[in-house]
Amino acid sequence: MVTMTIAKAINEGLRAALAGDPKVLLMGEDIGKLGGVYRVTDGLQADFGPDRVVDSPLAESGIVGTAIGLAFRGYRTVCEIQFDGFVFPAFNQITTQLAKIHARSSGMLSAPVVIRIPYGGGIGSIEHHSESPEALFAHTAGLRIITPSNPHDAYWMIQQAVASNDPVIVFEPKRRYWLKGEVDTANPGLDPFTAQVLREGTDATIVAYGPLVPVALAAAEAAAEEGRSVEVIDLRSISPIDFDTVTTSVHKTGRLVVAHEAPTFGGIGGEIAARISERAFLSLEAPVIRVGGFHMPYPVAKVEEHYLPDIDKVLEALDRSLAY
Amino acid sequence: MGPEHLPTTEFEIEDPGQTLGALAGSGEEPDMVQLLDAEGVLREDPAYSRYVADLDGEALRALYRDMFIIRRFDIEATALQRQGELALWPPLQGQEAAQIGSGRALRPQDYAFPTYREHGVALTRNVDLADLLRQFRGISNGGWDPRQNNFHLYTLVLAAQTLHAVGYAMGIQRDGADAVSIAYFGDGASSEGDVHESMVFAASNNAPVVFFCQNNHWAISVPTEVQSRIPLANRASGYGFPGIRVDGNDVLAVHAVTKWALEHAASGQGPVLIEAFTYRVGAHTTADDPTKYRVTAEEDAWRRKDPLLRLEKHLRSAGLADDAFFAALQVESDAFAKQIRSAVLAMEGPAMEDSFNTVYADPHPLVAEELAWFKQYEAGFADAEAGHTAGETR
Repeated sequence: MVTMTIAKAINEGLRAALAGDPKVLLMGEDIGKLGGVYRVTDGLQADFGPDRVVDSPLAESGIVGTAIGLAFRGYRTVCEIQFDGFVFPAFNQITTQLAKIHARSSGMLSAPVVIRIPYGGGIGSIEHHSESPEALFAHTAGLRIITPSNPHDAYWMIQQAVASNDPVIVFEPKRRYWLKGEVDTANPGLDPFTAQVLREGTDATIVAYGPLVPVALAAAEAAAEEGRSVEVIDLRSISPIDFDTVTTSVHKTGRLVVAHEAPTFGGIGGEIAARISERAFLSLEAPVIRVGGFHMPYPVAKVEEHYLPDIDKVLEALDRSLAY
Repeated sequence: MGPEHLPTTEFEIEDPGQTLGALAGSGEEPDMVQLLDAEGVLREDPAYSRYVADLDGEALRALYRDMFIIRRFDIEATALQRQGELALWPPLQGQEAAQIGSGRALRPQDYAFPTYREHGVALTRNVDLADLLRQFRGISNGGWDPRQNNFHLYTLVLAAQTLHAVGYAMGIQRDGADAVSIAYFGDGASSEGDVHESMVFAASNNAPVVFFCQNNHWAISVPTEVQSRIPLANRASGYGFPGIRVDGNDVLAVHAVTKWALEHAASGQGPVLIEAFTYRVGAHTTADDPTKYRVTAEEDAWRRKDPLLRLEKHLRSAGLADDAFFAALQVESDAFAKQIRSAVLAMEGPAMEDSFNTVYADPHPLVAEELAWFKQYEAGFADAEAGHTAGETR
């Protein structure tokens, strides 16, 4: 067991991926000498050289598009998109090309490209630096989407993403980059596309992922002080979603709250609510309640604390669920 | 033109119009490489003639044959669409020389990334041409194994493949391989941002890639002038690599220029842009009506520059082919078209279930769940039909 931050864990995971396979490349803006704006790739260019840790021109479609071409030549490229709000110039390459090439080629080609995107708010930043666009990608078949919430998962999930034969988007909770935790570098643990029960409970279930996992755990802790036993699930994978783990929990608790930073409308919470109502209707004691962003562009930093789901908002949703 | 020509302050500009004109010097028409004129007369070019010097009579007849076969194929595909056997067809007529000339310059290890009209290039890569029709018959979104002949699938989102070509070339560099990738796109697609980004990445990496732009003058109904105020070949200088305009209806010139470009790229000197100046004689697709946006006089003028006609003139005047050759080719191509027709008519659609199997390379629980549901749903109809049949027999 080693204690490290999420950022360091991703750095170490990338290092292991680069060391383990000469066909693995990193590509992105400022990821070389600077080590990325969040220093996640710090030191990797020095150790693996500029041909494997590539400072790209400043063009996101170019980064993803050339990574696809590299995949046809047998390379596995990990692309860094600098911020969530800057992924959209690459949206065409990701959705019309990357996601579809396996199907278009009747399974003959695959494009094992990894796209790392720091996402989410709570860092007091400027426009386009605090968004949670995961649902836009989850709607596209052919992509896999995962999001670690702790250093151990961060260390392993980035490596598992590189090993996947499908394209994987890794949403990294940027406000948790400096969250410390233990990493077992000898034991990868869970399959990356499964959810994990982090805290067991019997009265209600909270599903969260990425940056809101610590919020969900804190809410469960606060609820426990009031005598409520709340189960917390870290979804970990947004596409596919491990509905089995969520369903099993709801069979036990009968109540479900889903929390994410992204707007609730058209979001992952809605998908979970629909699936759970189909799978566990008779177990539900209350409607599935979503906690998420409002239907608005991400607001300015001075008011973001009122926008972001926090412990109180999750507790309020729990109260509503338990009151049914 | 370097920065020293730029005025240091706005007050130094005496005649803004004149200065603008000087700065816009890259709008000058570039020389167009031509080795065989519209009358089939061979011309000597100091730089490029040597690239086709080894083409003997047999090689020239082979180029003609390729162009003739692909034109016949194109006619057959158009007919198949008209008869309802294909949903759509984008004809290549007029662009045979641009495609055959460049395609025949490629080596087996080179890799071509087409748009969706590169039927001639497909022929040169030995793709089974019937497979090109699978997409247009609605039974595949691809149709062939790109790895077999280094000919990528058609890409319908314009210019997306130019970035794939550059990425592939970056892989070639890392492999230390002697190969080049070539990206085909058109004058319309040249406006797409991905072409810009691909040229930036290619230049930045000094990647072994050839950008082959077929300027066929029309992006469906919009003329090239709407896409660019300078000749497309001139754009390369802005990225810092050579741009060449070639007579796209001259198979020899296209062949020579492409050979030079491949040599240039393969030797580590970086990318090249070729603008093949040609014309889409037919419609954009079988759903298009060119009479709504262009005049027949323009089409007639380009027909006089026909790529097949000029090579035929040359072959005849040089005594390299006679009536018997052309007659035999007609018979051969008709037989080939017949083969294509029967191959297409025999093509059957895939089962819906197949679509589930290729969404992901690795197993995926949602796809598996939906497939299981679909099978059960379909089986319900089978039971009903079985019951119905049983009822009838009672």
